[in-house]
Amino acid sequence: MQAFEYVSAKSVGEAVGVLSQHGEGARLMAGGTDVLVQLRAGRRPQVKVLVDVKGIGELNELSYNDRQGLIIGAAVPCYRIYEDPTVIKRYPGIVDSASIIGSVQIQGRASLGGNICNATPSADGIPPLIALGAVCIIAGPNNSRRELPLEQLFAGPGRTTLQNGEMLISVRVPPPPANSGAQYLRFTPRNEMDIAVAGVGAAITLNAAKNTFVSGRVVLAAVAPIPLLVPAAGQALAGKPVNDETIGKAAEAAVAAAVPITDMRGTIEYRKHLVGVLTRRALQGAIQRAKGV
Amino acid sequence: MADKVRVQSTINEETVDFLCEPRQSLLETLRDVLGMTGTKEGCNDGNCGACTVIIDGRMVTSCLVLGVEASGKKIETIEGVSQPDHLHPIQQAFLEGAALQCGICTPGFIMASKALLQVEPKPSEERIRLWLAGNLCRCTGYDKIVRSVQSAATKMSGERR
Ligand SMILES: Cc1cc2nc3c(=O)[nH]c(=O)nc-3n(C[C@H](O)[C@H](O)[C@H](O)COP(=O)(O)OP(=O)(O)OC[C@H]3O[C@@H](n4cnc5c(N)ncnc54)[C@H](O)[C@@H]3O)c2cc1C
Ligand code: FES
Ligand code: FES
Repeated sequence: MQAFEYVSAKSVGEAVGVLSQHGEGARLMAGGTDVLVQLRAGRRPQVKVLVDVKGIGELNELSYNDRQGLIIGAAVPCYRIYEDPTVIKRYPGIVDSASIIGSVQIQGRASLGGNICNATPSADGIPPLIALGAVCIIAGPNNSRRELPLEQLFAGPGRTTLQNGEMLISVRVPPPPANSGAQYLRFTPRNEMDIAVAGVGAAITLNAAKNTFVSGRVVLAAVAPIPLLVPAAGQALAGKPVNDETIGKAAEAAVAAAVPITDMRGTIEYRKHLVGVLTRRALQGAIQRAKGV
Repeated sequence: MADKVRVQSTINEETVDFLCEPRQSLLETLRDVLGMTGTKEGCNDGNCGACTVIIDGRMVTSCLVLGVEASGKKIETIEGVSQPDHLHPIQQAFLEGAALQCGICTPGFIMASKALLQVEPKPSEERIRLWLAGNLCRCTGYDKIVRSVQSAATKMSGERR
């Protein structure tokens, strides 16, 4: 690996300070499962300072209350998320993704914050969070803070809209409404340790009788330059009866929105087909969860 | 060139004090700085699990951890698994079950199996296969490994009264 200086930051201010001072020359590290691979492969030659953010208290927060919802600190590793009783109970859609990122070894280190900031279109952690309406808490120079809906964080493959000196502190996921459910599904040739050919995160809310969609959000992985929220799929669901026809319409909207490429993992046609299948299944899974069955 | 950093860590229950460069992985640090070559390098990018060690009770791939991150941590490696006069039940089961051929993957599988049995003393076959999905073996075809973990689990839960 190239030589760099290592800083274990103890506060947000310290980390932001190093980022502001070094610009492109500084890079943050949470679990390191992306950034260390990239450094070793020589894909980040400009990095001179690596800032470990795992020692910052706020980035390790994992908490829930009925008003704010769930706070996931940017450095919280996957295992803490999928072992957390509250997350298991209220946010099974997040457990779906946190428990399939890499291997158990990787999950011991990998954070959802790193998954988000690495910004690959195939990232498994992102779609369910966007589907559930997650908001990023971002810190910047001079103690500044701002919030941004997660779907607005992505600029392209591997690129976020974070500005120089900015870092992700946490994501906040609203409390799940009554009669709601979410699921994330991906397709990979091998069940574990593989990169999604396509993935779909779906979150829905039903009426009290559980026979009509109140609202829904569908987010696609690996079929666009960024994790893709499909508003048309949500529109196809809102106010419509819970049946195969409605689910089919939402899936058609998702397929129409997908703009995949052909690569070694799959062709455009194959990926579009997968989006249809996975959207239907993820919606059905989300409905099951909303019904509590 | 970044300066070497002094790191204090607990490795296999012994306090260890060493110098390493920030760019050295924990895997390199164990092997090249500390001379503990039991932990193996396969892929060096997190995919094969040969470098699996346990840090503060959690298994990780040491090729994706920096040596400097060992500071203040409790690390378990393959060197700490056996007793001076006998093998660990998992090692014994691997030996008896022919769960290794070339052996390069074995320290990683043993550490991963140990981490599993620490949290789940009686895992199902499916659970073992899932847990070990991050460990690759090019020789055995996995069946013998899975059966050896099952047999170690049986033996170990028997020993625990
Ligand atoms: C073997 C293997 C298997 C994998 N399998 C999967 C998989 O199945 N699905 C999947 O989605 N991913 C997978 N990954 C990729 C990776 O593990 C995930 O993206 C992981 O969630 C990254 O988290 P991290 O904490 O390790 O990130 P890091 O590597 O620490 O950071 C990732 C990026 O985010 C930046 N960053 C980190 N924290 C912040 C912050 N607070 N603010 C701003 N920027 C920040 C870093 O500078 C870096 O660019 C795999 C990786 C490996 C090595
Ligand atoms: S050498 Fe670390 S996972 Fe392969
Ligand atoms: S015994 Fe040879 S790789 Fe597993």
